[in-house]
Formats: sequence, C-alpha cells, structure tokens
Amino acid sequence: MDAATQSQSTTLHSSFRYKLISFLGPDHVHAAAPADAVAGIQPKVIVSPGNERELAEVLRLSNEAGLAVIPRGGATKLGWGNPPSRADLVLSTARLNEITEHAWADLTVSIEAGCTLQKMQETLAQHGQRLALDPLWPEKATVGGVLSANDSGALRLRFGALRDLIIGVTLALPDGTLASSGGKVVKNVAGYDLPKLATGAFGTLGVISRAVFRLHPLPHLSRSFSVATATAEETRRFIHAVQNSKLAHTALQARFEGGAAPEVDILFEGTEAGLDAQEAHLRELTQTAGVTKASPDIWNARQSLWSSLKPESTALAKFTVLPAEIEKSMETIAKSARARHLEWKGVVQATGIGWLRLEGGAKDLHVSLQELREQFERGTGSLLVLHRPAAMPSIDTWGDAGDVLPLMKAVKQQLDPKNTLNPGRFVGGI
Amino acid sequence: MDARILDELRGIVDGRGLISSPEELHTYECDGLTNFRVMPRAVLLPASTEQVQKIVRVCHRERIPFVARGSGTGLSGGALPVENGIVIGLARMNRILEVDFPNARAVVEPGVINLDVTARILYNEFFYAPDPSSQSICSIGGNVAENSGGAHCLKYGFTTTHVLGLEVVLPDGSLVHFGGKTLDTPGYDLAGVFVGSEGTLGIATKIILRIVKRPECVRTLLAAFLSTNEAGAAVSGIIAAGMLPAAIEMMDNLAIQAAEAAVHANYPDCGALLLVELDGPLAEVETLMVHVNEICRSHGASEIRVAKSDAERALVWKGRKAAFAAMGRISPNYIVQDGVIPRTALPKVMSEIVRLSQEAGLRVANVFHAGDGNLHPLVLYDRGVSGQEEAAEILSGNILELCIAAGGSITGEHGVGEDKKKMMSKMFAEPDLLTMQRVRGAFDPLQLSNPTKIFPTPRLCGEKPGEYSPHPLESAGLAERF
Repeated sequence: MDAATQSQSTTLHSSFRYKLISFLGPDHVHAAAPADAVAGIQPKVIVSPGNERELAEVLRLSNEAGLAVIPRGGATKLGWGNPPSRADLVLSTARLNEITEHAWADLTVSIEAGCTLQKMQETLAQHGQRLALDPLWPEKATVGGVLSANDSGALRLRFGALRDLIIGVTLALPDGTLASSGGKVVKNVAGYDLPKLATGAFGTLGVISRAVFRLHPLPHLSRSFSVATATAEETRRFIHAVQNSKLAHTALQARFEGGAAPEVDILFEGTEAGLDAQEAHLRELTQTAGVTKASPDIWNARQSLWSSLKPESTALAKFTVLPAEIEKSMETIAKSARARHLEWKGVVQATGIGWLRLEGGAKDLHVSLQELREQFERGTGSLLVLHRPAAMPSIDTWGDAGDVLPLMKAVKQQLDPKNTLNPGRFVGGI
Repeated sequence: MDARILDELRGIVDGRGLISSPEELHTYECDGLTNFRVMPRAVLLPASTEQVQKIVRVCHRERIPFVARGSGTGLSGGALPVENGIVIGLARMNRILEVDFPNARAVVEPGVINLDVTARILYNEFFYAPDPSSQSICSIGGNVAENSGGAHCLKYGFTTTHVLGLEVVLPDGSLVHFGGKTLDTPGYDLAGVFVGSEGTLGIATKIILRIVKRPECVRTLLAAFLSTNEAGAAVSGIIAAGMLPAAIEMMDNLAIQAAEAAVHANYPDCGALLLVELDGPLAEVETLMVHVNEICRSHGASEIRVAKSDAERALVWKGRKAAFAAMGRISPNYIVQDGVIPRTALPKVMSEIVRLSQEAGLRVANVFHAGDGNLHPLVLYDRGVSGQEEAAEILSGNILELCIAAGGSITGEHGVGEDKKKMMSKMFAEPDLLTMQRVRGAFDPLQLSNPTKIFPTPRLCGEKPGEYSPHPLESAGLAERF
C-alpha cells in the first residue's frame, strides 16, 4: 500500500469512526489493540452495539462503506478459520447478553447471542434444565460463537449437535435486514430452516443476534466409567459392543495418547435403579477388561488438549471419520506422528468426531496434517486445522467442501454480496 | 408444451416412464389434500439419477416448472402440480442401496417407502425413527421434502435429525452432494436447509439416513381423564418430572368416539385420553412408568391401563393412528389442521377453540401430539348444508391464528405447501420471508422447482383452502395416517 492510499484509508476510517461514535456513544467504539488481531490480521476498531437494531445498523453502515466486519463473541474460537482477507471492524456481541425468556414449562429458552454458555446453563439449572451441549470454555464462549463454530462435545451422541437443539434464530444481514426464522416451538416446519444454515456458518452469512433452543431436563443422577483397553483394536471392539448393545449411554469417548493403552469413557444418566442395571450390563459386556468408576472430569478431556499449549510447536485439529473407523484413524494418526517424530494426543467420540493435538517441528506438523487430511478425506471424513504455529507453512483450515462449493458461494452471494462478513475465513475462500 | 419437447422427455425415460394421457394424468392432479387440483402437462417417472438430471436440464432449458412427487400422501398440497408444468414422480427409484450397521447408516433412493427401511433392518434390531402415520405408503423423498415428524419425534427428532447426507439434482440439472456419511462435513449445512424445503430447492435422488438401535423395552400407558385440561396438566407434570417419553398423544372425546366407531380400539369413554409411551432400558422404563402412573392419578385419571404385549400396544396405537380417517364416521366432511403451540398454552387455546367452535356452530375434534404441542384440530362440517363449508374454512383459519398468537406455528409436520402459504405472512415478517427467498435464489434463480409453494402470493380466483377427503389409498384401506 503506498502512502497516498494509506492516508486515504485512514481518513475514511476516521470519518466512519466518527459516525459510529455519534450513533453508539464513545464508550462503545474503541480502537483495536494488538490483542484484538484475528488470526494474525489487525482490525482497526472494536464496536459494541447495545441491542440487535444497533447491531444491524452498524453492520449496514459498514457494508455500505465497504468495510470488512469480524463478528466476535467471547473470542475463544476466533483464531479458528483462515486469516481474514480483510479486517476493519470487530463487531462485538458482548452487550447483547440477556436471557430473553426461559419458558421452563415448555423446555425452551430465547437468548441473545452474547450471553455466555455458563451464564445460560446456570439460569436454566434453576429450573432443573440444561441446553444438552458441552462446548469448549463455557465460561467465556457465547451462544453466537458456539453456534457459528458449531462446537459440540461428548453429549452429542445422545442429544445431537446444535443443529438439533436450535429451533429459532435472528440474523442481522449486511444490508441491515433483521431476519428471523424457525420459532419458539420445537416442532415447526413453516418456512426454510435457517437456524441450521446459520449454525456452523462461521459468521459469514449474517451475525446471529438471538437464538431459541429446545432444552432437556438435568439428569436425576449420572455415573461415569472408564475402561482400559490394551490396543486400538480392543478399543474398536469395545465401542462397537457398547453401540450395538441395549445400553442407553449418554456419551462414549476414547482417549489416545502416543503409544499408551487407549481408555474408553462412558456416561450414563437416569434413575438409581436404571443406572444400577446399566452398570451391571456394562460389566457383563466388558468381561475381562477393567471397568472403573470415573470422575466426571474425564469429560473435560477434549478441552484439556488445549492445556499448556505451546503455540509455536503445537497444532490442534478436529477430524471426522466413520464411527466404525475410529481405531483405524487412530492408527493412521499414530503412524504419521511416528514418521514425523511428533508427540500426539487425541479424544474421539463414538459419533466419529475427534480432536487431535500434535507437537513437534513446524514443518513436520505441516506434513503430518496434510497427510492426515488426505487420508481422512479419502474415507469421506475431514480434518479442520484449529491451531497451527505461526511458523508453520499455511494450510487451509477446512479442507475440501466437495461439489457443493459453487452452491455455497451462491448462498454467500445472496446474503452477503459485498463479502463484508469474515471475508476469506470459510471454506473455499468464502 | 410442444410435441418436440414431449418426445425428448419420452426419450429420456423410455415408454413406461412418461404419462401424458388425460385419464392417467388425473391420478397426479392432487396429493393427499384433494381440494386443490391442477392437471400437469405430463408426468415423468425416471428410474435413475441420470434420468432425473436429464429431465431437469430440459425443464431448465425450456423454462418448464416441475414438481417432484413421492407417494402423494402430503396433506398441504406440496405435490400439487403447477400450471403448464410437469410432475417428476420418484416412485420407480425405490432401492435401498446400502445398509451399514457398524456405522448405523442406510443409503436409499427417494421412492423407498418409509416403513420398508425399518422392515429391512429390523432383523438386526435397528429401526428408522421418523414415523409419520402414513409410513406404510409415504416415501423417504417426500419425508425429506416435508421434514416429516410422527408420534415418536418427541424423543427421536424429525426427518432432518436422521438425514446425514443427500445427493440432489439442482434446478439447473447439476448434481451436488450435501453432508455425507460422516458428521460435520466442511461448509454450510445445506442438508439442513434442503430438508423441509418442500421441493422448492431441487430433487433428492439419494439419501443417507441415520438408523437407530431398538430400545430394550417399550411400555405404553393409556389414561382416561375428565377433560383435556386435566390430561394437559398431567403432560406438564410428566415433563416437569424430567422425563422425555418416546411419545405423548392426546385425543378428546369426539376423536375417541370417532376412533371407536372406526376401529374398536376399546378406549374408555372419557373427556380426554392420554397415551404415554416410554422406551429404553427395562429397569429405567419400569421405574419411570411408576412415576407416570402416579402423575396421571394425581391429575385425576379415572382409568389407567398399561399395554404389555406388542399386540396390546398395536391396538392402543391403532385407534390413534386411525383418528383422521375415522372422522368420516361422525361427519360427512372435515378439515385437518396442523398447528403448534407452546405446550403450556394448551388450556387457553383449547378453551378458545371451544368458544370459536360454538360461535361457528361446528364441531371440532382434537387429536394432539401433546408432548410437543402439535395440535391436529379436525373441523367437522357438512358440505350439503349451505354456508357450512365457508364457516369451516374460517374457523380452521382462526384456529391457526390462535396458534400464532400463542407463540406457535402454522404447521408442525404437514408443511406449508399450497394450503397454508397465505398464513405465512401472519407468522413471519416480510424481511424474514425475503431472506428465505434469497436463499432460494441461490438454489433456483429461475424458480422452476415447485415454484408456487410455501411463499405467499396474491390469492387466486377459485382457490379453496382446507377440506380433507381420504386419499384413494386410504379409502381402499391400504393406509392410515395421523
């Protein structure tokens, strides 16, 4: 950028900033600090609207001015996704944090996008209910962010993903439209299911301002067990036996660490009598393998992959494989890690969704991630790179979107024709 | 449509796959909602994805609108042909292509009958969960279009919960794949958008389904109450106790009378009947069943029965499943509605329905999926009595407005189709509908795929919403529905 263009862009920026300040007040428009960088790209200003009308208006003004907007909730997963091709304005939902309505007798909640998961769950628990989802960093992660990144944990096996829990959404579109779809009732087929379109769209189509979820009762009781399996093959056989049994488990995950023997964790929820019977059934199934009662903390295994992260020598990835190929995928990972002298750790849910931490040299990490993605994609799976060392050669976050990419681009074009929202961060350059 | 195009289409599907004679076309002029009728120019019955693509390419080139059709059991006119358009019937594409037990997936063609999926996998203790009560004749492709529900979606979810991937012919004839056998495929959840889009975004030619392991046991309880208020309070009690039954169904007295007259389910004569089904591990279900029993008693249930054998269960369900068709026993004509309300609004909405029914001088029978607040009020009338049909239409529309006012929806499982599109602007604001239309624009910029459905258009002359009459298959005793 030459000096003349740069000065022009700063001028544009200043006058625009003045417009925002006069609209929202000086307390809610701030210059961006280095810590606000998005995947290494420095935005200029942080804007925090106080309600969804303001949010839609800020978005409209930015879109009109040709500025790139990065929506932000708790910023816990802001580094996921490709670096934005442009970043001018960070649109924070921090002030949209109200629980609009907890219709506990109807098992639904209407909530603003900036509310944290933890605050929501605490409120729901007052009536013995929960959103049946165990996302990463619930104390900071917001409804809008968790939805946009489509984060889900071990409870997914029983309760489904966000797509199965969200029943209504309000989206602010770049032209300032506020559009709602779905509704406040669980069963509803009126109109297109845009709550599902917004879920996992990584903020590239619109900014989620509100959502409505279906809720589940908190369990009467829950019990967790761990089963030590000697080999990946034994892990596979055990998971298959459990999945093929009449057990009604809530969660089932396998933990792998380098060459150590894998452990399988299983969660039951229900009444005392029901849990006793299921525990007995589980012990019958496992026979020789040792079943031990486990602390509920084992369900944090996924999040603990991020613990004491060394940003310059660690890569983190989410991968999906067929449920029956969990052990095969672990062998693939072990082989690749061994060849590149990488340390590794993984947690895989029985749904076939796993998380992987690799540690080692930047170049080796790059080769290994590429190799694993190629192998998983060949088996209809995928690999998303969630974190990589800055020194590692660049790699696309998402991988192959398949033959449907042109249609995805057409959807983007319809809702965000000027490529205002999170430009370049999503699949295929969207 | 000129003869040249008809010849070209015939060439694609071979002789058996083209219907163009007026007498044969009559079968296709409506779906399960028989009061809307439009004669298509031709019906094509392709046998492969490739043939579907070729037909759609011709439609795209010639700007001919098309409507996909499964078994034609829909209750909202979703498969109603459009003027000067063709119908693409998927009934010949009826193969179950793959059953993958280790991964709990099945891959099917759109013309496969819903119940046939379960029939195929039952031997290995699996089932396909969505169970619209037309499941013995409705197709998976139609279920995908409508996002069909059924009594057990309370616990198991809807069609959209069970569709993991789709092969779709887009309205320009190109072939794309949404989702897949693995979860969370990269990119937008277009499978989520496609399911329930009522045929307006393209034609599914292959569907990847999630199949489910059968529970260890199933128990069904029948409880008789004085009125729907007590029964509704019992439902709230069950939910508040932290249970998620597989199904909770309710019928009011008029619906019970009709069901008794039709199938002799041996229901108790009462103001409202509740049917609660629990499934899962034996010990858990037995424990919870005791709670359900107590809750029903404490809300004044006069009689409680628990069906223990499969045969007893089947009889309990038979009356419920026959409820719509049974209305013919107590009324010459009737309109089926499909509103949804937050469950807690039930007493208020019910008393409003009673008031509206008295004001209109028409009887309303009520059948509910009570667990999720999905109401199926049946407005009874006699077309032979002057003014009754109009009064029934008005009453039926007023009931849907009650649902909207209570924070609910105009349709829980039957779809908007042709029938309820005029209600859409009462449920959604203009920006909401325009946003949906923009999404549609990405799939079908020329609006060729089922173009006249879902979205409101100016009311046409002679449009008559609502009245229900049995589908020919139903009259012939081959099907029943909720």
